[in-house]
Amino acid sequence: MKKARQLFAGLALSIFGLGLAHADYTLNLTEGVTKVSKDVHDLHMLILWICVFVGIGVFCTMFYSIYHHRKSKGHKAEQFHHNTTVEIIWTIIPTAILIGMAIPATKTMLEMDDVQDADMSIKVTGWQWKWEYDYLDNGIHFFSSLDEASNKARQKGSGIDPKTVPHYLLNVDHPLVVPIRTKIRFLFTAADVIHSWWVPDLGWKKDANPGFINDAWTYIEKPGTYRGQCAELCGKDHGFMPIVVIAMEKEDYKQWVEQQKEAAAAEANAAEKSWTQEELVAKGETIYANNCASCHMPDGSGMPGTFPAIKGSPIVTGDIKQQIEIMFNGKGMMPAFGQMLNAVDFAAVATFIRNGLGNSVGDMVQPSEIAAMQNATAANDDTDEE
Amino acid sequence: MSAVIAEHDEHHDHGPAKGILRWIITTNHKDIGTMYLVFSLIMFFVGGTMALIIRAELFEPGLQFVDPQFFNSMTTMHALVMVFGAVMPAFVGLANWMIPMMIGAPDMALPRMNNMSFWMLVAGILLMASTLFMEGGGPAAGWTFYPPLVLQTGKAFPFAIFAVHLLGISSIMGAINIIATIFNMRAPGMGMMKMPLFVWTWLITAFLLIAVMPVFAGAVTMLLTDRFFDTSFFDAAGGGDPVLYQHIFWFFGHPEVYIMILPTFGVVSTIIPVFARKPLFGYTSMVWATGFIAFLSFIVWAHHMFTVGMPIAGELYFMYATILIAIPTGVKIFNWTATMWKGSMTFETPMLFSIAFVVLFTIGGFTGLMMSIAPSDLQYHDSYFIVAHFHYTLVPASIFVLMAAGYFWLPKWTGNMYNERIARLHFWLSAISINILFFPQHFLGLAGMPRRIPDYAVQFADWNMISSIGAFIYGFSQLLFVYIVIDTIRGGTGKATDEVWEDASKHSLEWTLPSPAPYHTFTTPPTKIPSEHLD
Repeated sequence: MKKARQLFAGLALSIFGLGLAHADYTLNLTEGVTKVSKDVHDLHMLILWICVFVGIGVFCTMFYSIYHHRKSKGHKAEQFHHNTTVEIIWTIIPTAILIGMAIPATKTMLEMDDVQDADMSIKVTGWQWKWEYDYLDNGIHFFSSLDEASNKARQKGSGIDPKTVPHYLLNVDHPLVVPIRTKIRFLFTAADVIHSWWVPDLGWKKDANPGFINDAWTYIEKPGTYRGQCAELCGKDHGFMPIVVIAMEKEDYKQWVEQQKEAAAAEANAAEKSWTQEELVAKGETIYANNCASCHMPDGSGMPGTFPAIKGSPIVTGDIKQQIEIMFNGKGMMPAFGQMLNAVDFAAVATFIRNGLGNSVGDMVQPSEIAAMQNATAANDDTDEE
Repeated sequence: MSAVIAEHDEHHDHGPAKGILRWIITTNHKDIGTMYLVFSLIMFFVGGTMALIIRAELFEPGLQFVDPQFFNSMTTMHALVMVFGAVMPAFVGLANWMIPMMIGAPDMALPRMNNMSFWMLVAGILLMASTLFMEGGGPAAGWTFYPPLVLQTGKAFPFAIFAVHLLGISSIMGAINIIATIFNMRAPGMGMMKMPLFVWTWLITAFLLIAVMPVFAGAVTMLLTDRFFDTSFFDAAGGGDPVLYQHIFWFFGHPEVYIMILPTFGVVSTIIPVFARKPLFGYTSMVWATGFIAFLSFIVWAHHMFTVGMPIAGELYFMYATILIAIPTGVKIFNWTATMWKGSMTFETPMLFSIAFVVLFTIGGFTGLMMSIAPSDLQYHDSYFIVAHFHYTLVPASIFVLMAAGYFWLPKWTGNMYNERIARLHFWLSAISINILFFPQHFLGLAGMPRRIPDYAVQFADWNMISSIGAFIYGFSQLLFVYIVIDTIRGGTGKATDEVWEDASKHSLEWTLPSPAPYHTFTTPPTKIPSEHLD
């Protein structure tokens, strides 16, 4: 009896599981989770039905003609070649339909454009190939990149079946967390090339242009996890910089904010402690895989002509100061990692590449030294602003 | 009369030169037309192979065959080769062959420039293709060359830009030649409003080319100076703006897509009346609609940029202007339908491809209309929905119609009939597979799959697989076309009559000439101009 019950439960679960798998499989635009996304969906359906209706009219006429007015049925061709009345009618009717379309479209466009009276603001910066989120109201700041499982599976010849990876290519290490029923203003910019931030459930995408700021807003109605991707070609790993937004109840969001603040404090403490070379190398390996391997390759061999090799590089095997300088401030296509990684991660990866990937220089850098550099830069920025 | 023309030729000994030199130094519009057509067919297969590499990689999730950088370079080169190497040259080839024969002229107005523009095209495309083998790979920033990304291109960068310059110069010279020919070389009595619609649409296209190719050349030159001479047109740090490039590019880019579709309209407007055995319905409104579409193409460019962050007034203006395009395009679709209405239709392969064009282009037009609605476009933009849209307006439109044109005029060019049975097989395979290939991409885009990605989330797997299967069927069935062309040149299924299609000479002048058309035609102008649409 018990076994039978288990069997039924198992069956029910697997059917439910199948149902879930099918829920992912959609033909149409999502309705999304905001009022704006529903408006966009309604506009989409309206114009779609208009097209279907006009299409049926045109195609039926054409196929009626193809069927009946054919030579093989003995139909004789009439020789008319214009009819002003008909031509005026089929110009005016579409014009009227189009004006009818433009009115609701304008209304929605105006609504989407109105970013005023936002309750909070998040600055989103696109990088090759990750997103940076800055909560302007409470100072929370982090980078969000493709999660490790997807990243491993997506390597050519990884041998990992993408179907076994949960949310393959649509999962990140640090999701964007936001409260529901809050008008959130997003500010978009980019650090290197143009990116575009797209979460279909929010109903829009917006380009992130280097050197300029775009804005957009959302007001999410229900808690959930909403996934999207970069939509503007941004180079090699354009397909691998997903977006995950977790919308939670306001209370839960407050708790999350507190946790983030504690974590930031703990991070600062970790930077103060003295690390051994082995600890740093061990930590640096994953940092390298997540931040450096996409250009310099997982084994450090680089891509000749585009991305220099790490293995045997004169800079990495030479003066540590010069290596850190390049990592910190960037060079050419390489972004400035000084503000992107925390002091521990920075020191770890800097030490790792000198003592891994076939290099064995034997020296190291302490997180505290990096933290000092970061503080100095921050102080400089403040002076600049004054 | 044709016998007289042939005799006239022999007297002056103006036959083709012998051997390979005939093709290199030729100034004959038919030879140059043939070279354009053959070259574009080869490029169609080169670009098609790139598309199949893309579809093979996208057959299932995960990276199986290529690296992401090479994938991006494939999407970029596929577009450049198809646009500048296949579709545009194919229409120039048709223009070379058909415009003089349709307006009763002996040749193009500027034959030496005609030769030069062809060889410059070959040089441009070869240079472009050579970038694939350079250090750092070929250009991989998309055919739109958006900065700052395009500035990250390796050694290929200046070569790709120089190739674009060559292609631009070649197109401009071709366009000047077409305008000069149409304005100056028409036979007596061939008034502007008596010209076949193919000639009209090419005339308007040629003006578009002259207007926008220099703009594109300017935009890529600014990229060149940004990278090598420290200017900052598109770099915010120097006071520039990357979005400025997009405005300039699409000011070129939008007319550019009409450069590929207007001659298509012309060919279809030429083919449908022949097989419906009726005059074209609404000739005058067709001419005006073409002109209106060409005009609109200059004032709608930023509908490619709804997500770029424009002021609301800009978003609304470009939305309204774009919606307007549906009106003249609708007029054309209705006119073609009315041309078929109460005709006496037969369905030879050119007609089949033309009807498929009207149906499938209408679907592409509908998705275009959907994307003109700016708020919805914020979802569609840069997703597979747009990929489906523009392929519907390019493949079952321009490419199908080029195939239709091939079958339609091949008997006139070679003097032989093509194999109708295999041609119909080619048609049905193409028409079915193209929908298997592109229709599912609408679903992918709406479900949230961005374009230009080498790998995708697993919920997109099924439709991608179906799309790839369609791509391979479509790609391989095009080999039938090559077979048919070669077979027709070698004799096909027998000699073609001068008129080829029943009563075709009522519609246009080329059917009054012998088949195959002699090396020189209309050295004395025709006396009777077909004008059934005016009677």
